[in-house]
Amino acid sequence: MDIGGINPVILVASLMVAAVPIMLAALGELVVEKSGVLNLGVEGMMIVGAICGFIAAVGTQSPVAGFAAGAAGGAVLSLVFAFLTQVMLANQVATGLALTLFGLGLSSLMGQGYNGIKPPVTAKVPFGPLAEIPVLGPIVFGHDWMVYASIALVACVWWVLRATRLGLIIRAVGESHEAAHALGYKVNRIRLGCIAFGGAMAGLGGAYVSLVRVPQWVDGITAGAGWIALAIVVFASWRPWRVLIGAYLFGGISVLQLNLQAAGSGIPVEYLSMSPYLVTIVVLVIMSSGRGRASLNAPASLGQNFHAAR
Amino acid sequence: MTRETLLKIDGISKSYPGVKANEDVSFSIGVGEVHALLGENGAGKSTLVKMIYGLVKPDEGTLTFRGKPFAPSEPSEARAAGVAMVFQHFSLFEALNVAENVALGMENPPPMRELAARIRAVSEEYGLPLDPARMVGDLSAGERQRVEIIRCLLQDPKLLIMDEPTSVLTPQEVEILFKTLRQLSSEGTAILYISHKLEEIRTLCDGATILRRGKVVGSCVPRETTAREMAELMVGATLTPPERRAGAKGEVVLGVTDLSAASPIPFGTTLKGISFTVARGEVLGIAGVAGNGQDELLLALSGELRVASDKIRINGRAAGDLGPGERRRAGLVAAPEDRYGHAAAPDMSLVENALLTGAIRRNLTHRGFIDWAATRGFAEEVIQTYDVRTPGSHVAARALSGGNLQKFLIGRELDQSPEVIVINQPTWGVDAAAAAAIRQAILNRAAEGAGVVVISQDLDELLEIADMFAVLNEGRLTKPRPVEGLTIDQIGLMMGGAHGMEVAHHVEA
Repeated sequence: MDIGGINPVILVASLMVAAVPIMLAALGELVVEKSGVLNLGVEGMMIVGAICGFIAAVGTQSPVAGFAAGAAGGAVLSLVFAFLTQVMLANQVATGLALTLFGLGLSSLMGQGYNGIKPPVTAKVPFGPLAEIPVLGPIVFGHDWMVYASIALVACVWWVLRATRLGLIIRAVGESHEAAHALGYKVNRIRLGCIAFGGAMAGLGGAYVSLVRVPQWVDGITAGAGWIALAIVVFASWRPWRVLIGAYLFGGISVLQLNLQAAGSGIPVEYLSMSPYLVTIVVLVIMSSGRGRASLNAPASLGQNFHAAR
Repeated sequence: MTRETLLKIDGISKSYPGVKANEDVSFSIGVGEVHALLGENGAGKSTLVKMIYGLVKPDEGTLTFRGKPFAPSEPSEARAAGVAMVFQHFSLFEALNVAENVALGMENPPPMRELAARIRAVSEEYGLPLDPARMVGDLSAGERQRVEIIRCLLQDPKLLIMDEPTSVLTPQEVEILFKTLRQLSSEGTAILYISHKLEEIRTLCDGATILRRGKVVGSCVPRETTAREMAELMVGATLTPPERRAGAKGEVVLGVTDLSAASPIPFGTTLKGISFTVARGEVLGIAGVAGNGQDELLLALSGELRVASDKIRINGRAAGDLGPGERRRAGLVAAPEDRYGHAAAPDMSLVENALLTGAIRRNLTHRGFIDWAATRGFAEEVIQTYDVRTPGSHVAARALSGGNLQKFLIGRELDQSPEVIVINQPTWGVDAAAAAAIRQAILNRAAEGAGVVVISQDLDELLEIADMFAVLNEGRLTKPRPVEGLTIDQIGLMMGGAHGMEVAHHVEA
């Protein structure tokens, strides 16, 4: 049942794994942007999460400790961003870009001596005989627990944003910080919390790259996944379930190009490896052109700093 | 009738760097009293109510609310004590629905379904129909205000603060609002009513306190005081209404024919088949509640929004497809409403701002190079002629107060010897003395032969300066009628009556 040398069941199963890092990072960034902050430092937070997670997992031989450390590392780095933009009122775009560059350098420094080491294996969830079902088994029941956790997190974020007071306040702050301030909400504090959550999610995604997806440490391991995550947020027009779809779509493209390379397709490798990024650019252009629904759904205060004058 | 005291304000002072916003302010409000707080812009009204609402802390003085000392450190505390506030610039979220907006202003909102039912119940009880599931971005200004009022009413307030509530309403909507307020007052809710519309205060309020430069300069019973007396207390000087020189009307300078355009603004209003003409020496006043296409009309006239070339004619020349610069060259100047950001570049100096629109008609550039001496001269001329209070032409536009900046921006346009002038909200947030000066300047230009279009939400202003009067309603313009002989009822009807008061859903045609 191979099509052009590619097994579709394995393709779907592996795209679900490939989608996890960008899904987690995009989900975190979605919350950050919903609160009105544009943090372009996702790539930096991801890679710092990747190395923190890797070091902790190798040190303790526990993948759980690794993921926790990855989330913590991303969150700490995001607090640097939060301090600069929410307290010092620095420009969010410039600070975010700086954060990415800083994160790449920092991770490279921290990763000295970790090249070539194998991290502990993240266990697959034992579904027993369920995993033996043809087609369905490998796709639905053949994954490690982070795959399921990431889908649960999408549902969780969706529910919080839609149905809880906390979610309502986050959306309100992102919609009009002045009105939220007039009603007595602590705009900068709420944003700070969202930024930290976004950092933790990016860090978690990064840890998944170094612990499961690759699994080893090399410099620049995230290879632009943070930028794809940023694109997915816009692609999803700030809706959590669409983040899931977007992540599978982009994950699928990157897996497909690897499979095509392996299957020895006639298209030059360079075109295949640039395809996820090309698609990212095309999607962003389509989404941001015109006054479509996407631009209407964008948080109105996105990217603007708030300073309570009096 | 003596009332029990609800709120006692005693010796409140508050300073900001360089200004004393409030100085030793004392007065009290009784249970169920409708009390007016009167004053010019910058008199310290907003600062005072922010202190009552817990947004600002006083430097000195005490508040006593229902017999107990009252010093709220944040709005939630004030709300818990029974103080509610309807803001001047609405504190609403456009992309959220009515129920969500209401929930955000409450301390312990019930589940959404229950809240929606309560919103329906309360809105029916007070004659303010509202659909909890609608997006606020799609509501008219009057309906938005209802959201704010209902948000307050659901918390059963003892004191309701209203900051300039009628500035965005049609006369009929004002009527309905007043009925609601009287009902509240008879149920024992005190209302602190901030406004500078004196006739309204005379019909509604039981007592009034007048502030000037942060100090209480008097108090009165509005029913027994004339509007003129209150105005002079407020300004501290005698006021002269602008004089109008009846000039002969000349030929048509601006013609707009069947202008339709989709709005470039999210939640904006589409312009539908707008037609009018303006002759030399004529002032056309365009009224209407905010959000009915005013911003879009200004964009279409100024050239920021381009249309088919024959839709707009300046001096008989087709100009619909020209950009703002080319229209300026053709003789049309425009002043948008938003001072900080649209009409001016806030962080640039007054000289640079003068250059931005003056370059073409005042010849301030030569072969691509800026003639700074001439530009500075132009800016200083505007500052002098229009009495702009500023340390100099080098300061950033942002540093000027709203009224001063507005004088500068209007002056900048008027001093370009224009043939057509389009202004949106010439005196929004400007104090009475400056507003009078701006209106006089507009009339002077008209007397010199310019055609003027003034878009404003202030009916009194339009009736004072306009020759012809039209109303913009949901993107459509009524047929302009001469101001002479118009009654307020006719104007109300032109404005579309009570704006969907009877039916909460009005279907977009």
